[in-house]
Amino acid sequence: MQQLEKPPVCRIADADPNGAFASGLEYNPPVRGMWNIVHMGMLVPEAHQVYACAQGCLRGVILTAAETGQLDRLSWISLTEEDMFNGTLETSLVEGVSEIIEKIGFHPPMIPLFLSCMHLFAGCDFDGVLADLSERYPDITFVDCYMTPTMRTTITPVAQCSRQLYMGLKPLPQNPQSVNIIGCDRATDENSELIRILRGAGLTLRDLPLCKTYDDYLQMAESRLNIAYLPTAHAALDALEEKLGIPQIYLPARFDFDGLRENYRMLCETLGIPLPDLSDAEQAADAALRAAKQVIGDMAVAIDYTAVTRPFELAKLLCTYGFRVKHIIADAAGEDGEAFAWLQQHQPELQLWSPTNVNMLHQHEQVKEPVLAVGQKAAYYFATDRFVNFVVNGGYYGFAGIRAIAELMQDAYQNSKDRKPLLRHKGYGCDSCLLA
Amino acid sequence: MKQTAKIIPCYAADTSGVCAALYELGGMIAVHDASGVNSTYATHDEPRWETVQSMIYVSGLTELDAILGNDEKFIADVAAAAADQKPRFIAVCGSPMPMMIGVDFDAVAMEIEQRSGIRTFPMHTNGMHAYSEGASEALLAIAEEYVLPRTEKTANGVNILGALPLDFGNPQEIPGIRTWLRENGFSVISCFAMGDSLETLAQAGKAAVSLVVSYSGLAAAEYLYHCFGIPYVCGVPTGTAFSQMLADALRHAAESGQPESPCTYRGGNGRTVAVIGENITGGSLTAQLAYMGYHAKLICPLPHAESLLADGDSDASSEEEIEALLAEMKPDVVIADPLYRFILPNRTKHIGLPHYAFSGRCFEKQMPDLTADRFDLWLQNQTDKEGTI
Repeated sequence: MQQLEKPPVCRIADADPNGAFASGLEYNPPVRGMWNIVHMGMLVPEAHQVYACAQGCLRGVILTAAETGQLDRLSWISLTEEDMFNGTLETSLVEGVSEIIEKIGFHPPMIPLFLSCMHLFAGCDFDGVLADLSERYPDITFVDCYMTPTMRTTITPVAQCSRQLYMGLKPLPQNPQSVNIIGCDRATDENSELIRILRGAGLTLRDLPLCKTYDDYLQMAESRLNIAYLPTAHAALDALEEKLGIPQIYLPARFDFDGLRENYRMLCETLGIPLPDLSDAEQAADAALRAAKQVIGDMAVAIDYTAVTRPFELAKLLCTYGFRVKHIIADAAGEDGEAFAWLQQHQPELQLWSPTNVNMLHQHEQVKEPVLAVGQKAAYYFATDRFVNFVVNGGYYGFAGIRAIAELMQDAYQNSKDRKPLLRHKGYGCDSCLLA
Repeated sequence: MKQTAKIIPCYAADTSGVCAALYELGGMIAVHDASGVNSTYATHDEPRWETVQSMIYVSGLTELDAILGNDEKFIADVAAAAADQKPRFIAVCGSPMPMMIGVDFDAVAMEIEQRSGIRTFPMHTNGMHAYSEGASEALLAIAEEYVLPRTEKTANGVNILGALPLDFGNPQEIPGIRTWLRENGFSVISCFAMGDSLETLAQAGKAAVSLVVSYSGLAAAEYLYHCFGIPYVCGVPTGTAFSQMLADALRHAAESGQPESPCTYRGGNGRTVAVIGENITGGSLTAQLAYMGYHAKLICPLPHAESLLADGDSDASSEEEIEALLAEMKPDVVIADPLYRFILPNRTKHIGLPHYAFSGRCFEKQMPDLTADRFDLWLQNQTDKEGTI
């Protein structure tokens, strides 16, 4: 057996929670459900995205729009070597965007203008560009956005895009009956206790995926509280608090009953509303987990980090219900370090797999036993058609979310899917010409 | 502005061309990039990604390594991956950021080769040029490095040069060209680079003639011509008439030893047809239409050889230029990728011909195989009751 310089798998007991695998070249498996900045930008109704970058990067964003049937909501300016060195970087942007506006024949209310890594390294005066454009087109809100994956260790593209897309909001008088959910790319499940609490208190819930018009989007500025539960929403919460003075509350999407109770207590305290009795939801989650375990039995379970934002906490929960969680695909413990430590102690043999290690290239050809997967990457790497197909919690939250995931696991066990067309669909939940 | 587009896509970039050209040869390709260029290739430019695994990886360049010029990390990571995966060769190629920070890929490749003991090629891409430039450099490098000295000549032997899914998106097309060659009395010595191993490509020197099926194969063809005296013929067997012409040109070139370019044939005076496409695949289709009597012109928005554009053809490349050209030309019919529909003049008939290098996966199920007489049937399906397109 060859001793690999950079093995793609280790026992969780031996893993460093801050980074389990040596950095190296990366493999990109054919799994496309995660949203990118184009999908996110499409959430702002009536906005027209403009990307300025090199051909190699442009093509990915353009074809993302093409596959979703929204090419008419995106335009582009390509960069050449000369642009970097001839002193016209800013004027090319201003003239290029102006030309696009004239060509599309109408003035969109908002243009998210995406710059690339190259602009940042070339010292592009983005403020000046936006000021010039705003002067030319005062009826259009220009928002600086970034396609800068080189800077991902400072801020991830998703977190940055999530923040910038709210920067088109302008201050409004506060409406005490309005609250926002921030940072989600899909609406939160209406069955979740979070939504039930908000709606039960008579509050108006505003959320970018729920906005039908640009005015709906602008109304988000009137809310009294910003609520988020995804780790990529922190930058947006902070920016909105600074820009609009809207206070924030972070209620992480937990797979822990005590943690969820604490989330709801904090929410109701912040809103000044009574905490409803949620025991029915708790009991339903408990029952769904027991039922799923009964059906799934001892089949190995694999969970990946694209499916849920707290894969280790979900693994811990499943282990406490007797599931045989054998594999987790994730590089490091994110915000669920506590669950990671619990697994190290109680499930030391659990295998931690790198999502991108080059030695994962043939992993899907070497699977030794049937696996039930939670997530697309897990389905691919463990070559299973028994999988739960969603990304980033799938909009599920709370006890109802745990119940839904348990039911989806049970369904995945009982009803195989054809994984190939599902995994290649770019942007889970988006329209796609590939499905036609 | 030439660099601005309201709606149509851009073509696949040079990095994708390198990866596509080397995909099946057992090498490792390391793209020095943060993520975007590589994920675009893997998602939109490479139909084989889901079914055939190839050692194509990205360096995951970070802000800090870029600012500090930390080439060592890239070199060490490639060497480590090579130690684990034992590729036949290594190719390193760049993207926009390495160009910005001035990475010396020649030096990087030498360093990796010294450490790994594996032949390493530098590819001079930056993600700002078309796929055919990258593919061209990659196929030339393979020809220069691996084709063995000519010890014998196969009288009817043919090399197919420039075969990439980016231009031949229907997986039946290249096998179809192989079959067509056999049916016309030729034997295929090698195909750069679909369906053959490095060992097979090494035999290319035995061929009597090369068939260049896309611009990506032209540099390798010229190399084989100058080093081994193997003449080349530019064209793709598209339609009965042009395919016959192409077969004759192959025989003639093998005999005369001189290159030929039947794909530049024009001359019909019937309805005006504009074909938007790749230099040789589009040119061949245009030539077939000319044989059929249409007044056909090629608009080639991609890198091309001046000698492979006929009088009246155009190299308009931007959305603005193509839109203006079509408005002035007023063709009766445009044959082009379906995503060109947004910029065609009103009342111009559009026959959609998906080009993987342009629309990627969007129309993958509608990619026709136009080899030889299959083109005739395809075109017939586009005609109206009067039998005209």
